[in-house]
This record gives sequence, structure tokens and C-alpha cells, in this order.
Amino acid sequence: MKMVKIYIMGKEYQVPEGLTIMKAMEYAGYRYIRGAGCRAGFCGACATVFRKEGEYKLHADLACQTTVEDGMYLVQLPFTPANKAVYDINKVKADDKALVNFYPEIARCVSCNTCTKACPQELEVMDYIQASLRGDIQGAADLSFDCIQCGLCAMRCPAEIAHYHVGQLARRLAGKYLAPPAPDLAKRVKEIEKGVFDKEVKKLMGMSINRLRKLYNERDIEPEEEEEPKREAD
Amino acid sequence: MYPKELKKSLQKVEATREKRLGVLPKRMSAKERDEVLQQYHPDYKPEAKRKLKVGASKGAIVPHEVADLLEAYPAIRAKDIDLGKVDYETDLLIIGGGGAGTTAALYAYYNGVKPENILIATKLRHGDANTMMAQGGIQAADKPHDSPAIHYLDVIGGGHYANKPELVAKLVMDAPGIIHWHERLGVMYDKKATGEMITIHGGGTSRKRMHSAKDYTGMEIMRVIRDEARNIGINVLEFSPAIELITDSTGRVCGAVLFNMETEQYYVVRAKAVIMATGGFGRLHIQGFPTTNHYGATADGLVMAYHLGAVLRDMDSVQYHPTGVAYPEQIVGLLVTEKVRGLGGQPVNVDGEQFVHPLEPRDVEAAAVIRECYGRNKGVVTPTGMRGVWLDSPLIDIIHGEGTIERRLGAMFRMFKRFDIDMRYEPILVFPTLHYQNGGAEINEKGQVLSVSGPIPGLFAAGEVSGGVHGKNRLMGNSLLDTQVFGKIAGESAAAYIKKVKVDKKLSLQHVDAYREELKKKKIKEERRAPMVIPDYREQKVLSRAIDIL
Repeated sequence: MKMVKIYIMGKEYQVPEGLTIMKAMEYAGYRYIRGAGCRAGFCGACATVFRKEGEYKLHADLACQTTVEDGMYLVQLPFTPANKAVYDINKVKADDKALVNFYPEIARCVSCNTCTKACPQELEVMDYIQASLRGDIQGAADLSFDCIQCGLCAMRCPAEIAHYHVGQLARRLAGKYLAPPAPDLAKRVKEIEKGVFDKEVKKLMGMSINRLRKLYNERDIEPEEEEEPKREAD
Repeated sequence: MYPKELKKSLQKVEATREKRLGVLPKRMSAKERDEVLQQYHPDYKPEAKRKLKVGASKGAIVPHEVADLLEAYPAIRAKDIDLGKVDYETDLLIIGGGGAGTTAALYAYYNGVKPENILIATKLRHGDANTMMAQGGIQAADKPHDSPAIHYLDVIGGGHYANKPELVAKLVMDAPGIIHWHERLGVMYDKKATGEMITIHGGGTSRKRMHSAKDYTGMEIMRVIRDEARNIGINVLEFSPAIELITDSTGRVCGAVLFNMETEQYYVVRAKAVIMATGGFGRLHIQGFPTTNHYGATADGLVMAYHLGAVLRDMDSVQYHPTGVAYPEQIVGLLVTEKVRGLGGQPVNVDGEQFVHPLEPRDVEAAAVIRECYGRNKGVVTPTGMRGVWLDSPLIDIIHGEGTIERRLGAMFRMFKRFDIDMRYEPILVFPTLHYQNGGAEINEKGQVLSVSGPIPGLFAAGEVSGGVHGKNRLMGNSLLDTQVFGKIAGESAAAYIKKVKVDKKLSLQHVDAYREELKKKKIKEERRAPMVIPDYREQKVLSRAIDIL
């Protein structure tokens, strides 16, 4: 097993090459309380800052999605004390002032792009802050959609912006006010309230397994999308 | 980039791609499904399970890993805890801060419980849960050619008719209402310009009713409901999992002992009602499988409820997701969403041949992959010796147009790209991975947890910890739905219960000692403790030299 040398908060350990940073720290003997969540790149719990030997640059990434390299100096970010605005989403007006009203500090953005460089999801963070500043809610929502809210952007920002909270508000406003409501959905909810399906579902609830099995095996299956294959092989 | 030894097989996949486009193998007959399950599904191995020796479901057959945990000694005894001093007094205690727990909190609030009287206690951070990781989607029968009845049939057939009918009925009837609620909260579902939901098939669905938010569906739902809970001001205690429930002198559940993982002290919480929303057991690594589950999925809720007399059901069945990552090694076992197949990705073997319809129910699809690798020896062997099959993802962009993978499978694309595999042009390697606890603590249609003699007063459950909704096999898109529907139901029921319950001031942990006695009587050795709280992945060579001197 080929080993590499890493420094966990400055302390040297030898770990097998090819492990993720998360597994390497466990190999070295750390048992996570903070700093590990989904272990699959979705929750943002394992935000990690590191430097490579001989370099001055500080990198940021997720411990569970990054392979260790020889000479890495590692530290994890256990928590981000960034401020979240409190609002009643039903009372917020989705106009071009909404985001800057709740997060006036976005006006301090100096376009340094440090947030974008820190983002482990490689999102255009600065662009969505600029979109927010222009009042482009949809733009901010779309650009921030893949945000895992790890907080690295906020920790690196010289203008004290809590980018990931701004994105959250933008997405909720876009989802609630900018996207048209689904017409079928509201109709179906009304039908259910009226009891349109009660009889049919009740009948299924009382059915024997044999009868259910027959219905299940004979049920028709909606074809795939138009552009998708319809033929089945012999 | 794949290593050299896989190149030959890769070329075969590429060479057969055009011929496979538009052609799918037939779906299996009921008999063929039975055969492949019997022979190859890990659940059908009797040697991997045993009968429980103690508790309300004594005699039930469960995986060894679950039995080990349920037959472990409770981590605390009644005498260790001073119940005379209450640290947190609240109306509603919710154990678990994932999708089910958070939705339960919101619906308790809608039903009259004040936010300052709701406490969510969670093991990791608020939102660190399998909900956050659910990628593919959430089912709801809201399209005109679909109906809750058709959804019902899919659920119960997929679950091998073992589901509780009244729970299935709740699941399918409340589904459209849940999506409607999400829409009003501002969840960004994938929609057409008209507002119509974009829906696709999942394994075992007969209608395209899978709603999604790219392949971050669970994350988007979780982010929004968590934001809502924060706006409303619901209390959350992080890194403070519950380790045992507390009852009053009449056996009514009225709180829990929490453990602050950072200071290692306990807290006593007194509540009028408790909702268990602790999730499932993926981190028990049943039969040694890797898992898609988050770090805290150690079945703590199941253990606590079982100590108190909860009945378990369908715990003999475990869901292995057909497509976990098989390469690269760093991310082995992580989820490759079913949406990859829903959008046209085909499973193919080492010779580039299809061997199963891409959208069989999950257990059948998983068994077919295992058969291909171990029964027919047609799997692809990775550099670490692991076997898997290809999932031919480049088909997706060929079928739906360039940019589809990046747009609709952004999370998958990103995950593989981090390890230098471009799934737009290269197929990915997959093998089944431990995904879901199909059964759990049995609940009724009000979300009450059942004992042998009926509902346990004061104890409600929702989500993966609970049993009965999915029978022996859960369909894709029904777990997010389960967390939301039964979270709502538990919140509503608990709110109604809180209004009329009279609290007895005397707190007790007597049931914990009684459970210990039962274990002793069965001559079970005191070797293990439960709940587990977090798994231990430290190297043996570190553990063997650990000393406790502080």
C-alpha cells in the first residue's frame, strides 16, 4: 500500500493514497462528530480548507469528495456563524428590491470572485450575488440551485456576505412567485378533498391479495417519453 | 478516465450502443421475477438472518446486524440519570431533524402548537439526513391520466402485498396535497413553461409520476422546509441525539434522554408528546454492503422504541439500490439515482449486452445485476476486485439531446467529474448498495407507534424508522413522499394529542431496566451496547492502541 503524508491541523500522519480526505482522517484515527454528514457531497457538513506543501494558496473543497494528496495541510470548518434573514414567505413581495432588502450587505460586493473560487460545487457564486443585486431573482435562483450550503463562500468573503442564504431566499421566491403554479395539481387536490377517489381506493384496501396481484400484473404501463424507445426486444 | 484493464469492455459498450438505442429487454414475468429474487437477492439468504430472542417482536426474523443491535444492552440504566432535574420542558419533542421531523414540526405548528413549545433534537445538524441525499424524485398522482388508486396498486404490488392498506391509502391520497404545499412554500420543482410538472417513470411505476428538482430533489425539499422552520422559530438542538425515551408512571411517553455528543453530558427533556423521526439503518452495513446512507443512519429510533415495547414489521427485508457506485473506489456504494435509468441509461454487462429492463422494481433490478456478475460471470471486474455492470449513461444525451445530463443530472455529473469520469461520454460502473430500511416500528394511520396491546400513548413516528407503508420493497420516489406525508400526519396527530393529554409529573426509565432484565434472563452476554449513535470507521491499528486516561 503506497502511503502519503498529510497534516491534520498541522500534525503529520501517514495514510494510504487514493482515500478521500474524510476516509483518510478516519484512517489516521479521527472519529467525526462534526464534519461528516451525508458523506456523499449533498449536505455541506465536511467543508474543508487545505493548502499544499510549497504553495501559499488556500483551497476549499468537500472532505468526502476529494482525494488526499501528499503534503496536504487540512482543516475542517465545523460551523458557519452567518446571519440568516427571517421572513414570512407569504408576505415577501418578489420584486427587484426583495433580495437587497433582506440582505443589504450584498451591495458591498467588490466583485473579487473569492466566493466563486471557494465553491466546492463550482457554482458562479459571484454572478448570483450580482444577479441578486440587480433584482434578477430567477437568475440568482438558477445559478445558486446546486448550492449545498457548506458556508465556504461566506467564510472567504471580504464583504461579509452570506451568499448561501441569499440564494435560499431567491430560490423560494422563484419557486413560489415566478414559476407558474401547476394546473393539474390544484385540480387533483380539489378532487381528493371532494372524495372523488375514496370509493376506488377503499375497494382496493379491502381486496384479497390474489385479486390485487391479478390487477397489478395486468395493469397498463404508460409508454416512455415520445422520443424514447417504444419497441421491446424479442 | 478508466484504467487500462477496463478499456476492452468499454469498447464493446461503445460498439453496441447504437444497436441498443431504442431497444429494451422485455420486462420479466411474475415467475421470472420470483426466480431471480429467490436465487440472487441478498434478502433471500436465510443464513444472513436470525430470530429475535427478546422484545415485543420476539421470534421475528431480522438481519443479524439488526438482531445484534436489538439484543445489545441499553447504554444507560435508570439509576444513571437524574430525572428529578428537567433540562428542557416542551410540548412536543421531535427526535430527528430530517424531512419527516421537520415536516412534523411545521404541521404541529399549523395545528396550534407554538414554535417555542416544539423542540427538534437531532444527532448531526438540522437537515443532515437521507432526505437531503434523495436525488431522483417524489411520487404523486396528480396528472389527469393518473389517480391515487393507480398509485396505490403500484405501491402494494411493488411491496409484494405486505404493506398495511390503510397506510398505503394515506400515502397516495395525501401525495398531491404535499406537492401543492411544497409549491406554495417555494420548492423549485422541474416544470414546463405552462407550470405543468415534468414527470417521469421510476422503477415499478405504471404512470410517469416522479416529480423532481433536477437530481437534487430531496436537497431542495429539505432546504425549503428547514428554512421555513427557521423562519417560524422552531427550536433545534443539534449534535444531541436521544438515547432513550422517558415515560410517566402510567407508561405514557413523555420525553427522552438526550446525549450532547460534544460535552458528553445528558439532558432530560420532558414533553407532552414525542415524534420519532430518526431514519433508518444503512450504517449497520447489513451483510457487509456499502451504503448510500448518511453518517447517522444507525437505527437509534428503532432501538429506543423497541426498548419501550414497539412492535416491528417487515424488518426481514432490506432494500439494496440496484445502482450504487462500483468505481472509483473513493465513492463506492454512493447512490447513482434511478433517474439515470428513468432517462434512458441502460444496464449492460462486460460484453456490452443488455440483460434486464432498466426499470424493474428495485429488488428485481438489484437481483438481476447480482446474477449478471456472480451467476453468469458477465460482470466487469474493477482494479480492486469489485464486480459491477455498466450503466450506459451517454444514451441519455443521445435520446434527449445534448446538455440533458448536465441539466437534469447535475449532481451525478459533478460527482463523477470530480474523479475524472465524464458520464456524458463514458458509461459508469455500478453494483447494488444498501439503501433503505423497508420495515420498522409499526404505525397506524394516525402515525401512532404500536405495541402488542395497541398504540403507545404519546409516541408517534414518521419516515424510515416506521414500518408498514412500503411492505417488503419500497418504490423510488415513495420515501421522500413517506417522510412528508407521515411527517404531516404525526405532526397533526401529536398536536391534537397535546391539547387533551394530562401530564403526570413522575418520570420513569423503568422500561430500560426491564429490557435489561429480559436480556439477562435469556442469558445474552453483555458485550454490546445500543443505541450505536455513530459508526466507528477508525482503523483497527489505532483502536488497538487507544488508552483512556483523561
